[in-house]
Amino acid sequence: MNDTRPMIEVRGARKFFGPLEVLKGIDFSVARGQIVAVIGPSGSGKSTLLRSINHLETLDGGEVWLDGVQVNQKLDRRSFERHINGVRQQMGMVFQHFNLFPHLNVAENITIAPIKLKGMAKAEARALALKMLDKVGLADKIDAFPARLSGGQKQRVAIARALAMQPKVMLFDEATSALDPELVDEVNLVMKQLASEHMTMVIVTHEMRFAAEVADRVIFMADGAVVEEGSPAEFFRNPKQERTRSFLKKFLNG
Amino acid sequence: MDIALIGRIVPVFVQAAWTTVELSLLSLALGLAVAALVAMLRLSHVAALRFAGAAYVSVFRGTPALIQIFLLYFGGPQVGIQFEPFAAGAIALGLNIAAYMAESIRGGVLSVDRGQMEAARSLGFGEGQSMRWIVLPQAAKLMIRPLGVNAVALVKGTALVATISVVELTYTAQRFIGSTYKPFEIFAVTAVLYMIMVYGLTLLIDRLDRAYAGEA
Ligand SMILES: Nc1ncnc2c1ncn2[C@@H]1O[C@H](COP(=O)(O)OP(=O)(O)OP(=O)(O)O)[C@@H](O)[C@H]1O
Ligand SMILES: [Mg+2]
Repeated sequence: MNDTRPMIEVRGARKFFGPLEVLKGIDFSVARGQIVAVIGPSGSGKSTLLRSINHLETLDGGEVWLDGVQVNQKLDRRSFERHINGVRQQMGMVFQHFNLFPHLNVAENITIAPIKLKGMAKAEARALALKMLDKVGLADKIDAFPARLSGGQKQRVAIARALAMQPKVMLFDEATSALDPELVDEVNLVMKQLASEHMTMVIVTHEMRFAAEVADRVIFMADGAVVEEGSPAEFFRNPKQERTRSFLKKFLNG
Repeated sequence: MDIALIGRIVPVFVQAAWTTVELSLLSLALGLAVAALVAMLRLSHVAALRFAGAAYVSVFRGTPALIQIFLLYFGGPQVGIQFEPFAAGAIALGLNIAAYMAESIRGGVLSVDRGQMEAARSLGFGEGQSMRWIVLPQAAKLMIRPLGVNAVALVKGTALVATISVVELTYTAQRFIGSTYKPFEIFAVTAVLYMIMVYGLTLLIDRLDRAYAGEA
């Protein structure tokens, strides 16, 4: 295997919602084990970009590659469905609103995909769920229903659910934005731990401090384009573009 | 009030009410099956199928059930479709209630948060798998009440097939008017029997609803 090949590569990504051009030709790549934070004002297209990576949004132009396989390749409907389901199994996604399955308990939330999609035996899947819950510090909640969990706990279960598929990359779309402030840290902690295990991650976030702490690279988007990118140190200490400066200033002033 | 008359007619009317129950159950089964199909059409990605589903709903909700019954029972033989009154009644009522039930099913599916489908898809589930394991189990709970309302309407609507001489409760009541001239007693007994059927159905729906609610 070629270890220098990027894990995620996006080339010339364009997306329209009706007449509105939301992504105006985005290029970026994420190396194996790299952590990229995507920041930018509301409506700049961060979520759309992230969702294009696992094809929850269909690009109107450009390419997305995961580990040498084109995600948005042209295939007939049936073949594409099979292809994309396979690709998505290799990408974990964490949503702002958790999207846990409320009719399933924590164990079932985590095991349903490995059991149904990978044919894993129930006992093995439960052991896997326990291991993943251990990672996020919630082993004691294995039989609880989502309605019984706090927001922070829900998001940690959602991360465990994604991890149980042993994905090559993890995509986070404002994983902590819906949480009460005192619950943010427990989720950030789990993400930092994943970072230390060299999980490849793309993290869309509004938390500048967290981005600075965890990311190898920061990408600043505005109006559907990448305005500036760099290491957190240069990006936050010495932003080159006026647009970046005014965005960061607004953030610092609250 | 002719109590003796009431005592005399009750056994016959209970028998007739049983026919109403059978008729209701048959049309309910047919209605649910057709409704599931129409709801699938309504939710399809294919525009032509969506249109077909919408057309079904418009036609069956946009015309009186009585005319649908007449069309099948009286109009059918003219184009080679012939049914006994009971069968014609059950089919027409079933096809009619299916239009309403399809909307209840569709409403349930659409009420499930979009994020549920997205979460399932992002794990690698196909569209059908996501529907079956993630969306429908949640939608089912949301459908019980509206489908229950449809079922109650169906039971009361069975009275319409008296017009094509299906010997159910309403037809039986009308037949007794001629021989007794006591419409008050007769229709009062009839109304009470309908109420008992509807009440029983309501209890059943409540139970179902609670059983599902307790699950999550
Ligand atoms: N499904 C959709 N249909 C129409 N317009 C959409 C849709 N999704 C997003 N948009 C629009 O596309 C633009 C980019 O949205 P996107 O959600 O990607 O922004 P974002 O950077 O994630 O913003 P936020 O920080 O508020 O989450 C916005 O103008 C938004 O209104
Ligand atoms: Mg967003």
